[in-house]
Amino acid sequence: MKLLIKNGRLIDPSQGLDGVGDLTIEDGKIAGIALHAAPQRGGRAKNSPSDARREVSSPDDLRIIDARGMVVMPGLIDMHVHLREPGYEHKETIRTGTMAAIRGGVTTVCCMPNTFPVNDNASVTEFIKRKAAEEGFCTVLPIGAITKGQKGEELAEIGTMTKEGCIAFSDDGNPVMNSLIMRRALEYSQAFNVPILSHSEDLSLSRGGVMNEGLLSLTLGLTGSPAEAEQIMIFRDIVLAELTGGVLHIAHVSTERSVEIVRHAKERGVRITAETCPHYFTLTEEAVRGYDTNAKVNPPLRTARDVEAIIRGLRDGTIDVITTDHAPHHKDEKMREFDEAPSGISGLETALALSLKLVEKGDLTLGQLVEKMAQNPARILGTEKGTLRVGADADVVVVDTAREFLVDPDSFISKGKNTPFRGWTLKGAPVFTIVGGVVYEW
Amino acid sequence: MRGERKVLSSKDLLGIKELSREEITLVLDTAAGFKDILGRDIKKVPTLRGKTTVNLFFEPSTRTRTSFELAAKRLSTDVINFSVPTSSVVKGESLVDTALTVQALGADFIVIRHASSGVPHLLARHLHASVINAGDGTNEHPTQALLDAFTIREKKGRIAGLTVAIVGDIMHSRVAKSNIYCLKTLGADVRLIGPPTLIPRNLRETGVAIFHNMEDGLKGADVLIMLRIQMERQGKGFFPSTEEYAKNWGLTPERLSRAKEDVIVMHPGPMNRGIEIVSEIADGPKSVILEQVTNGIAVRMSVMYLLSGVKR
Repeated sequence: MKLLIKNGRLIDPSQGLDGVGDLTIEDGKIAGIALHAAPQRGGRAKNSPSDARREVSSPDDLRIIDARGMVVMPGLIDMHVHLREPGYEHKETIRTGTMAAIRGGVTTVCCMPNTFPVNDNASVTEFIKRKAAEEGFCTVLPIGAITKGQKGEELAEIGTMTKEGCIAFSDDGNPVMNSLIMRRALEYSQAFNVPILSHSEDLSLSRGGVMNEGLLSLTLGLTGSPAEAEQIMIFRDIVLAELTGGVLHIAHVSTERSVEIVRHAKERGVRITAETCPHYFTLTEEAVRGYDTNAKVNPPLRTARDVEAIIRGLRDGTIDVITTDHAPHHKDEKMREFDEAPSGISGLETALALSLKLVEKGDLTLGQLVEKMAQNPARILGTEKGTLRVGADADVVVVDTAREFLVDPDSFISKGKNTPFRGWTLKGAPVFTIVGGVVYEW
Repeated sequence: MRGERKVLSSKDLLGIKELSREEITLVLDTAAGFKDILGRDIKKVPTLRGKTTVNLFFEPSTRTRTSFELAAKRLSTDVINFSVPTSSVVKGESLVDTALTVQALGADFIVIRHASSGVPHLLARHLHASVINAGDGTNEHPTQALLDAFTIREKKGRIAGLTVAIVGDIMHSRVAKSNIYCLKTLGADVRLIGPPTLIPRNLRETGVAIFHNMEDGLKGADVLIMLRIQMERQGKGFFPSTEEYAKNWGLTPERLSRAKEDVIVMHPGPMNRGIEIVSEIADGPKSVILEQVTNGIAVRMSVMYLLSGVKR
C-alpha cells in the first residue's frame, strides 16, 4: 500500500524543510519527499478543503491525498498525557484517549503513571503497552513512576520498567519532595538513559492551594498556591541535575520566573529541557472567576505577565516543548465545590489549534511549532519519531490551518469534557492523521 | 414600600462584590422599614406568605441560622432547617443533587452556608430558587456586612468619610472581606489591623490601609470591627499563641482610648472574651454588639423581600 500526499506545504525542521511538495509513504514508512520546483510563497492556494479531500484511488494500490493549501507535518508527540487506564476508566481509557489524540493530530502520547495501580512496576507497564497495542489508535509510550507508589520514598524499578517500554520517569502530581531521593533518581536513571520529568511544586508551600496566589485568590476566598512553590522546586531540581549530570525535563512551566530560572540554567550549560501547555500561554487566573472548576488545573493558571513570559520562553527556545497535560475527569467530579474538584484540563483536542494561535500572532513560526510539538519531544525521549525523514515511521498530520471550529466538549472524543475553552472558536484542525501509514480522515 | 417597587438586579445574593452602591443602599433603606416592624407588638407581616425558605447549613451555625429563620418567619414564609448530620450528604449525595432536591421540595429561598468558597455560586447556576449566601469559605458573608453597615449608619448617621478599623484574621475572614467591599463602596476609609501573617500585603491594592501595630491603627477611628480569632489557626504558623495574639492585638480600654471619643465597637460574634476583646469593652457603653444581632433580622428580611421581587 502506497500513499501519496500531494501539493501540501511540507514542514519538517528536522531536515530544514519548508516548501510545497509531495510526500510518499510506503509500508508504514516515509518513502520519499519531492519539493516542487517553484515553491509558493505567501498566501494559501484558493481551493477549499473539500477539493483537497477528494481522493483518487488508482489501480496499483496507490492512495492519493491532495493536500493543496494544507500543511503537512510530522505527527505530534505529546509527552504529557493522562490516559487514566488502568483504574480510572470512567475518566478516560487507552482507547478513548488515543482516539482523542489522533483527532488532535497527535500520533504519539506519553502517559503519566498516576493510574490505579500506579505504573511503578513492569507488570503495569506491560499492561499499558499490551492494551495500547490491542485498542490504541496511536503510539503509546508509558512514563514510569520515579518512586514506588509515587510516594517519594523508594526508587521504583526504573531499569526493569525501561526494558518493558517506559520511556521516561515522573512522579507527576506527587513531586518528589525528598531532595535525596530526587538526587538518586537523577543519578540512577542515567544507567538506562531515560529522562526524569519533574512536576515542580514545593508541596509545603503550595499546601491547600487551588488557584494562583494573589489578589484574585483573596478576592475569591480560595487558597492560593504561590508561583514561588513552582520556582523553588524548578531551581532545586536544576541544581540537582547539575550535581548529578542527570537528564532533567521540567514539566508544565507556568510562571515568569520559572522561565527565567530555566533560561539561566541553559545559559550555564545545564542539560535541561522544559515544557509548557496551551492553557499557560492562553489563559490567565481570571478564568477561575465565577468558580469555574474547568479552569482548575495544577500548576494553576497565572497572570498576564506570566503568560507573556511563557510566550517569550517559547519564542527564544527556553521552553522546548508544548504538551497538553491532558487530564480528563468525569463531569460529576468537576461539578462540585471548587476546593474539592480535581485539577486538570482535557487538552488533546484543542492543543494544536491553541498553539497555532501563536503562529498566527507571529510569536512562533510553523517550523518552531513543529519543533515544540514533535521534533523536540522525540529528541528528549530518544525516539526516532517526530520527523518526515525518509525511512522514519509514517506518522504524519495534514492540517488545514484555516479551518475554524467551535469548541464543543460534548463532541470531544475524549471522555473528559473538562475544558475552559468551551464555546471558543479556534482555527486550525487536522484533516488527516496518519499513524504508521494508517490514514484517519476528519 | 408603596409605589414602584425597587428590586435587586440578581435573583441571588452571592456577595457584596456582586452588588452596586445603589443596591446596597436599597437593602439598608428597606431594612429600616423592617426594623420598625420588629419594634412593634405584633412582629410579623404577611409579605411572603406561601413562600418557603430552606436553611441549608453545611457548617455549624447558631446565630446566623437563627437570624435567617426569624427573618423568614417574620415575613411569614415557611422555614425548613436542613443541617448536614441528618442529611443525605453523609450518604455521599452531591451538593448539587442535595440543592436540587431541596428546590424540588418547593424552596423559594435557599440560604446556604458552606466551608468551601464559591458553593453559593455553583448552586445559583443550577437553581431557579433564590440563593442567599450565609457564609462561604473565606469568600464572603454578605448579610453580616450589610447588617454592620446598617448598624454603623444608624449610629453615625452616615458611612462615607468614616474611619473603620477591622482587627484580626483578615485573610481567613469572610466577614472582613464582605465588610471591606461594602464599606469601601459606601465611601468609608478602611484600615486593617493584625499580624502580617493574617493580612496579605496585596490587599493594599484594594485601597485599604494596613497596620500591624494596634495603637497606630486605632488612632482616630470612628468604628472598630473586632474579628473572632479562630483557635485552630494557632499551631498552623499564623501566630505562636493566643496569649501573644491577645497581648498585641487584643482590644483593651487603654488601646481603645486611641480611637475617637464616640467610637463604636462591633463584633460579629461569637466572641472570645479576654482574647480579641475584654469583657469591660464588650459589655460597655461603646459596644453595639447586641444591636448588631437585632439589626441582622431586619437586614435579612430586607434581602429576602427584595430578592422575592426579582423577575426571572
